[in-house]
Amino acid sequence: MGNTANSQATLAQIFTVFAKIGITSFGGGVVAYLRNALVTDNQWMTDEEFLAALEISQTLPGLNSVNLAIIAGRKLAGPSGALAASIGIVLPGVLFLIALGLLYERFHKNPNIAAALAGIGAAAVGLLLQMTLKIGSQQFRNFWDLALILVTFYLVAILHVSLPVVLFLVAPIAIILNRPQVKP
Amino acid sequence: MKQSIHILNVFCLLSLLSVGGGSAVLPQMEHETVGIHHWVTGDQFAAIYSLGQMAPGPNMSMVGLIGYKAAGVIGMVVALIAFYLPSSFLVYGCSFVWDHFKDNPWRNAVQKGMAPVTIGLMLSGVYAVGKTASISSQHSMHHNGITAAITLSVTAILFAKHINPALLMLVAGVVGSIALRGI
Repeated sequence: MGNTANSQATLAQIFTVFAKIGITSFGGGVVAYLRNALVTDNQWMTDEEFLAALEISQTLPGLNSVNLAIIAGRKLAGPSGALAASIGIVLPGVLFLIALGLLYERFHKNPNIAAALAGIGAAAVGLLLQMTLKIGSQQFRNFWDLALILVTFYLVAILHVSLPVVLFLVAPIAIILNRPQVKP
Repeated sequence: MKQSIHILNVFCLLSLLSVGGGSAVLPQMEHETVGIHHWVTGDQFAAIYSLGQMAPGPNMSMVGLIGYKAAGVIGMVVALIAFYLPSSFLVYGCSFVWDHFKDNPWRNAVQKGMAPVTIGLMLSGVYAVGKTASISSQHSMHHNGITAAITLSVTAILFAKHINPALLMLVAGVVGSIALRGI
């Protein structure tokens, strides 16, 4: 049957593996770290299982990395596994941010720090812009997709229409444009 | 207490709307926390966002800092739980029934159809943060020129080279502290 995944692990093991990713994954790309840990290092999931979990994570709301932790944790040890995995992956970043936030409160009026933060802020926008262009590289080249991108952007960014309303208006059109083709 | 309930409402809704990840709700989050509730200023929002990108792990834990600004430690805990829990419950429940829909042709339609909507929302997120962090009416032309150049350089470098974004942000911090001081 090829490679099978061992789907048993203690809560402590689960927490440790996810917390390690939570600590080391500076600069984003957490999904890649997760694949390494879950499929390659610990063999808790097969590649197919991981891809299926990624698909759920991307389709449903929530961050992909947290959603993946929930699914993998559940598979390994039920509800408490999901809890251990998600807390493991989120908590280190939260603690790091509390420290950064305190430093920000203390030093943001210092002209050197303020100038450095302005540079970092501008870079963060560049990172998001690159991610958007890269993820959307196919969609930007397709006429209908590009139209949907621009309509969504115009409604949200320029007209400030609230997000539930935008999704209610645009999502049905977007889905119907991509409706399954009926086979003759 | 009343403030915490507002925080709970805002971030629970954002959690359930975050189709395609956290960046998709960035414009709505900015609108709610800056424009409607005034928990943070536009500048603070951009700063908190960039701090969030420096931290390891999922890149939206910065909601905790917004909650802290709004209502202290309790606000932080409420914001984090409200932002992570609802979508997590949804995924937990759906992962049971997912296999039933595995071969349903409409699933593919939803995925393909929502992709451009997510991109449009991410682009709106770029605009929401970029209008304070990259080009702002409150800064001089000189300042805007430098921040816009940093933004575009980071985008270009990330396309050209595999490099850890956290490293680039540190470099941008050094560049900023030299080039943006006092202007």
